Amino acid sequence: MKKATEIFIPLMTDVCAEGNICVEGLNVHYGDRHALKDINITLPAKKITAIIGPSGCGKTTLLKCFNRLIDSIDGTKVTGKVMLNGEDIFDPHADVINIRKKMGLLSQRPYPLPMSIFDNVAYGPRIHGTRKKSELNQIVEYYLKEASLWDEVKDRLYTPASGLSIGQQQRLCLARGLAVKPEIILGDEPTSALDPISSAHIEEKFVEFKNKYTIVMVTHILRQAIRIADYIIFMYLGEIIEHGPAEQVLEHPKDKRTSDYIKGIIS
Amino acid sequence: MNINKVEEGIFKVLMKASTLLVLASLFLIIYSILRKGLPSLSWAMVTQTPKGGFFLGKGGGILNAIVGSLYLAGGSTILGLFISLPVALYLNIYRTKTSRFANFTRLCLDVLWGIPSIVYGAFGFAIMLLVGLKASLLAGIFTLTLMVIPIMIRAMDEVIMTVPKGLIDASYSLGATRFETSLKVVSKQVLPGILTAILISFGRSIGDAASVLFTSGFTDRIPTSLMQPAANLPLAIFFQLSTPIPEVQDRAYASALVLTLIILIISILSRIATKKFTKHKV
Ligand SMILES: Nc1ncnc2c1ncn2[C@@H]1O[C@H](COP(=O)(O)OP(=O)(O)O)[C@@H](O)[C@H]1O
Ligand SMILES: [Mg+2]
Repeated sequence: MKKATEIFIPLMTDVCAEGNICVEGLNVHYGDRHALKDINITLPAKKITAIIGPSGCGKTTLLKCFNRLIDSIDGTKVTGKVMLNGEDIFDPHADVINIRKKMGLLSQRPYPLPMSIFDNVAYGPRIHGTRKKSELNQIVEYYLKEASLWDEVKDRLYTPASGLSIGQQQRLCLARGLAVKPEIILGDEPTSALDPISSAHIEEKFVEFKNKYTIVMVTHILRQAIRIADYIIFMYLGEIIEHGPAEQVLEHPKDKRTSDYIKGIIS
Repeated sequence: MNINKVEEGIFKVLMKASTLLVLASLFLIIYSILRKGLPSLSWAMVTQTPKGGFFLGKGGGILNAIVGSLYLAGGSTILGLFISLPVALYLNIYRTKTSRFANFTRLCLDVLWGIPSIVYGAFGFAIMLLVGLKASLLAGIFTLTLMVIPIMIRAMDEVIMTVPKGLIDASYSLGATRFETSLKVVSKQVLPGILTAILISFGRSIGDAASVLFTSGFTDRIPTSLMQPAANLPLAIFFQLSTPIPEVQDRAYASALVLTLIILIISILSRIATKKFTKHKV
């Protein structure tokens, strides 16, 4: 059996193994604010990587680079590379739609689309060309089950998604994201707006999905990171201070800033 | 008694008084229209075109003006919608919010909004002369469209601006293009706002006399093609009121009553539609 540390690919390799997300020399500026400073990191495939750090340290920005939502923010400048399956996400010729299809996003608070529960899940498949009603029925049922929401909504699929509780909405967003068949799931503090039971639902799903998807999750809850993460990246003021297997970073942090954060001195 | 309480009391009274003032003036207007208009409002008024002479005649009705007004306002609102919605979406979705181009466009639209309608009328008339178009329904619709476009765009723009970034990002993250996001997510989210914009524009164009004075002309017939002149209610009211004959003047109030009723019906319909369409809003 491989030890966890070995899976964490050394930074200096020039090949980025299939499925890994390899960030190379990534810098992001918002106007003159330097939000990400020379980020070099490899996020391993089919594992849960948690990004922790005080607010404003650039966690959301890093996630937005992965699915290129950073493009839609005014006045940003991005340099460096993010490699995925041999392609640079920031290559000017890269197909943004295709990149985004490969990544499901769960945001801080759920944003159901202004349509029915059914249409929310069918939204992705429809825009990517699935038209047949019978096929869509199957897809919607399958992914609602994947997100453990089916039983709660099967009798009201055609009612507005905004009528669901916030925890159900977040699971709907999960189902909606899965329905475009991503390889990667990005979560930006996906449980921060939820009650404890709904948070537990999402956490369970993440653990269950970990062999199927590469999961990158920003969290401000250290205990959540301990519970579910395989790897932890600690960021501070736009830099990666420390990263490695979860136990190592949390129990034997090398950097003082990491240990201060974990002890609750920096927040 | 402390000073805060006194202050609050004074403000409460002031607010109540101004609300009452607004309501009272509305009811006063409606009352005077009803008092003078209701006696002359007959079935014939709303079902017949003018008879026994020109449109000032005592016989017949104002169906020409009712239909003309509905054509003009309906036509310009629909045409305006098709032009305005893409512009409003473009300003917000394809241009970032702080874009200088977008803000310059907004400034221009606000200036256009403030231009008096007689100027639109004169402009429309000049264009008609240039292209050799006679006073007609078509020319009237075009001129009114020009007038309502800035109103519509800015009204939609204001609501589209309130769409949460996270919602748009959610759509993008599923691999939707900006076009798909605009059409399927943003438009749905702001549907009530779009309906309001339509209502405001319709109200503005059905009530405007100055811009159609030269452009759509006036006639006592109901137009059967876009190239024929069309009557409208505000001008009918104006012409009827300016006669020295009391019966005809009373008919002006009946016409005003009809115009007010049309606006009332449109408002109620749009309320109902808004309720129906907001159910999906997040
Ligand atoms: N759209 C933006 N424009 C300007 N500055 C931004 C923008 N978004 C984030 N920032 C800045 O970039 C830094 C990192 O932000 P963010 O990635 O949201 O941090 P986190 O998610 O870790 O709280 C912060 O200092 C923040 O103020
Ligand atoms: Mg954040």
